[in-house]
Amino acid sequence: MIRFTLNGQPVTCDADPTARLTTVLRDHLGLMGTKVGCDAGDCGACTVLLNGAQVCACMVPAARTAGGEVETIESQALDLDRLRQAFLRHGAAQCGICTPGMLMAGMDLLRRVPAPSESQVQDALGGVLCRCTGYRKIIAAICDTGLPEPIFTGGIGTPVQRLDGEAKVRGDNFGADHIPDGALTVVAVRSPHAHASFRFGDLADYAQRPGVAGVFTAADIPGRNAFGVIPAFADQPAIAETPARFRGECVALVAFKAGTEPDLTDFPIDWQPLAALSTPAEAESLGAAQIHPDRPDNRLIEGRVVKGDAAQALANSAHVVSGAIQTGYVEHAYIEPEAGTAWMDADTLTIRACTQAPVMDRDDTALILGLPPERVRIIPSAVGGGFGSKLDVSLQPLIGLVALKTGLPCRMVYSRTESMTSTTKRHPAEMQGQIGCDADGRITALAFEGRFNTGAYASWGPTVANRVPVHVTGPYLTPNVTARARAIHTHGPVSGAFRGFGVPQAALWQETLFDQLADKAGLDRLEFRILNAICDGDATATGQVLQATGIKPCLTALRPHWKRALSEKVPGRGVGIASCWYGCGNTSLPNPSTIRIGLSQKGRVVLHQGATDIGQGSNTVIAQIAAQALGLPLDQITLIGPDTMLTPDAGKTSASRQTFVSGRAAKAAAEALRSQILRLTNAGTSASLSLEGAVLTITEAGARRQIPLASLPPDTHGYALSADATYDPPTSALDANGQGTPYALYGYGAQMVELEVDRALGTVRLLKITAAHDVGCAINPQLATGQIEGGIAQGIGLALMEEYLPGRTENLHDYLIPTIGDVPRIDSLLIEVPDPEGPFGAKGLGEHVLIPTAPAILNAIRHATGATLTCVPALPHRILAALEANR
Amino acid sequence: MRDYARPQTLDEAVGLMAQTPRRILAGGTDLYPTVGRRIDGDILDLTAIPALCGITQGDGLRIGACTTWTMIAEAALPPALCALQQAARQVGGRQVQNMGTIGGNLCNASPAADGVPPLLALDAVVELAGPLGLRRVPLTQLLIGPRQTLRASDEILTAVILPASALTGRSAFVKLGARAYLVISIAMAAARIQVENGRITGAALAVGACSGVAQRLPVAEAALIGAKPVDAPQLVTPHDLAGALSPIDDIRATALYRRTAAAELLRRAIAEAVA
Repeated sequence: MIRFTLNGQPVTCDADPTARLTTVLRDHLGLMGTKVGCDAGDCGACTVLLNGAQVCACMVPAARTAGGEVETIESQALDLDRLRQAFLRHGAAQCGICTPGMLMAGMDLLRRVPAPSESQVQDALGGVLCRCTGYRKIIAAICDTGLPEPIFTGGIGTPVQRLDGEAKVRGDNFGADHIPDGALTVVAVRSPHAHASFRFGDLADYAQRPGVAGVFTAADIPGRNAFGVIPAFADQPAIAETPARFRGECVALVAFKAGTEPDLTDFPIDWQPLAALSTPAEAESLGAAQIHPDRPDNRLIEGRVVKGDAAQALANSAHVVSGAIQTGYVEHAYIEPEAGTAWMDADTLTIRACTQAPVMDRDDTALILGLPPERVRIIPSAVGGGFGSKLDVSLQPLIGLVALKTGLPCRMVYSRTESMTSTTKRHPAEMQGQIGCDADGRITALAFEGRFNTGAYASWGPTVANRVPVHVTGPYLTPNVTARARAIHTHGPVSGAFRGFGVPQAALWQETLFDQLADKAGLDRLEFRILNAICDGDATATGQVLQATGIKPCLTALRPHWKRALSEKVPGRGVGIASCWYGCGNTSLPNPSTIRIGLSQKGRVVLHQGATDIGQGSNTVIAQIAAQALGLPLDQITLIGPDTMLTPDAGKTSASRQTFVSGRAAKAAAEALRSQILRLTNAGTSASLSLEGAVLTITEAGARRQIPLASLPPDTHGYALSADATYDPPTSALDANGQGTPYALYGYGAQMVELEVDRALGTVRLLKITAAHDVGCAINPQLATGQIEGGIAQGIGLALMEEYLPGRTENLHDYLIPTIGDVPRIDSLLIEVPDPEGPFGAKGLGEHVLIPTAPAILNAIRHATGATLTCVPALPHRILAALEANR
Repeated sequence: MRDYARPQTLDEAVGLMAQTPRRILAGGTDLYPTVGRRIDGDILDLTAIPALCGITQGDGLRIGACTTWTMIAEAALPPALCALQQAARQVGGRQVQNMGTIGGNLCNASPAADGVPPLLALDAVVELAGPLGLRRVPLTQLLIGPRQTLRASDEILTAVILPASALTGRSAFVKLGARAYLVISIAMAAARIQVENGRITGAALAVGACSGVAQRLPVAEAALIGAKPVDAPQLVTPHDLAGALSPIDDIRATALYRRTAAAELLRRAIAEAVA
């Protein structure tokens, strides 16, 4: 029996002496606030204090705590509470998965150094990874620079503290944190090979082993064993039949009884490795085997935009540049590996797991399991980061199958390696082409060809292939365009959605060539971009005539910073700039959101908010929009959902669509409810509302009318008054040449990077990033700058360190993401060019923010050294080689 | 039947190892990342033995094997140990520094162990306790290859001894990785330099992560003797390092890059040590 003091209270437990302290805390003592991100000391999510010093609980043997003191996020210590409040005031928690570790590491520091400097904070928190925030607000919270009182209420434009923040600073309830009594533990058997046939041994015998509750293979799947985010391309088996098409693919499930240690060591399976196509070049080579019988040449799809005559225009251009650039697989590396539970609630299969797309999960899971969708209920857990990968189902059909077949509750928690090997990645890209301009520097034409490695299955490959040609011009007027992007299958990891759907890769190509073109034209690189910035009334490459274009205001907002930076002549110093634009919502496809708002008879304002908040802030932003449109204070709103049984479909958290699309639906729903209220009292639109208890008061020009809500009969949803509204962005299909209106609204931005290059080592030190983003209307400025800082951090990773190599970088010490010391000061400039289509003019932002960072970094490296990088990540040896080539 | 023992004396520990060699657990920061829910096999946990923890002065300095990186970083130590203290602050993150031990770092024998180059530059000797008693082995002999040491399966590494003769001069450590924290070194260098009357009279140089085992660089050291400190960094040539290093291409860098970087890191370590 091990005895120690936990958060001031004596505890005992009978854990194995070498059990990890995380196991002791979570499984033995039931404290789920300490999170597990890697089980290897690589992420720091499990940071706790042992005898006052921060440690990774995943590497502390239970016995080591004997007689000692352990403090966790559940502590009620007053100084921890002060730090929690500072995190909330500064917006330092986004998804919340790293927050307990950050807070405990922060406590370790603040008890040693009460008023730390930025570098002391970095040293102390260097062992905790965050994938959402870009760390700047965490540093600010720990140094607490004394923001005014926290803001709890307010409509649009107010930096309201996030409504779901309180849970996050106390250790929120993620997919792994809910364990129904008696739940089976489901473990996947996965392919160790990129391509291999396999044969099972005696599964019936294995299933009889003590502790094993069941074994499940593709043969057990009652419905269609193929899922996919785009129904027409659904091709990925939940459990593969032979052959396995990528390393990490699930081929069987074993359910272990509660209390049994899962162990797959002797699972009866024989593998026969087969020749694997690891690159698109191999997959497209003559005579290459076909990975999917219905996809000749291993081509999933090609997207194409043709406008004017690019070849002719290039031939007639005063200046032409051509170039090629390559990117690798990039891993989302959210700190929460996939996790969830499933159970039968009478006839309804209920799944509580991390997700970005509850209704898509429901529909895909129902198809796989042969159930009608109404018999599947998805309750998203708190989501510890998604960035696109949690759009596709992962464990939902797996735990759903086991719960359905056994009738027992079950749970599944991916290991870090399992999460990295089996889920989607950013598409590796090989891009080349030419851009031309006239003698004055005006862009004349662009020709682009991109090949994207879409991996073993379709996932979002079609979206990437379609989005890239539409966006590859950047936000610049380009009269002649030929752009093609093809997605090619390989036996690599499945490439899917990752913040920007291929546009960040394309921007690397376009924006780095723009610097070369500006040089040829003899123009300042910023002025060249301003000259070519697309404006209201201009047509895009798809022929769409734009309104509310915000790129020129973003670029001009950077002008004083640009001039200042260029005037500071320091050897080794470089300044780079790049822009972004990004269409919000699905490309030429419907993507409606529906929001419901109700007034209960007891006087509660209930917002049925089905937009999954994966840390980006939709719980808060959508509520702010609804409060503003309804005319009641935000703190009177109660949030419900997301939950496919309780909330109407607000679509997926993807394509930078929630603030825009669900925001418009929320605004419409709140306005409809307000209209009902005003109609009931014959009040005009200028009337003001107030709610006290169950009495709604409507005041207009000094006249007061009251509605006792209890007196109204309940409507079909059980409310005294309620309204549903749906909004679907107006778009049109693209024709064979990619002409049409793919998006109803675009957001814009530009970022400027200042850095230093160490010419002897090829290393880069980022000094400062200034980011101007046109958000149309900053519904919540603090959440908006949080998105900018987090996107920039991921852009830094793309540019300088991140490269997923199957079999090589399947953990968080070989796969590097930026730490707290890798993100420089970020100054955000929020530009507001309201779009008539957006709610209160608001535009999407979530993906835009990542796009300019990497090209701006490459441009700054080139400015500093003259070296041109043609491959990212720009690791030190690649930068040094580029410097050598330039000498 | 697996057994877990956490004795309070070294004698007990040695006795247990004499019965059956066990897996040794110290800080756990290298062991846990490689195991499942718990550590399999019989375990000897060394962390409750007071004699293995802390830094003591005698003929030279004795650093107990279970001394953590944080203890090393925060101790008042002579300038010859600056490199070791700098390395202590760059091993993993603060959590790893609070748990990870110097003895574990050596026994784990990673080619990229941050502790090794500074200790090589301090002429470190390790003490091993086994059934036959104590023996001392120079660190250069302890490490025989990637993840391989001379420690017998029934021996315990008890201390790192830094001879008095090596506690002179001033040292510096420079680590290169692709990010700021929590990073496995691409290459690293340590330099300890003694200066008398404006001339270098002693130099100890070591480079890590550029060969299966971190290396001292006798040719490069000899080239510094008699030089003015200000000239010293430029006396490091890739040629002088070439014989000692055998870098590889891996996910972090190319071999070619490592050769270039090692020389540059060494120059910087020397410059810092003589500054």
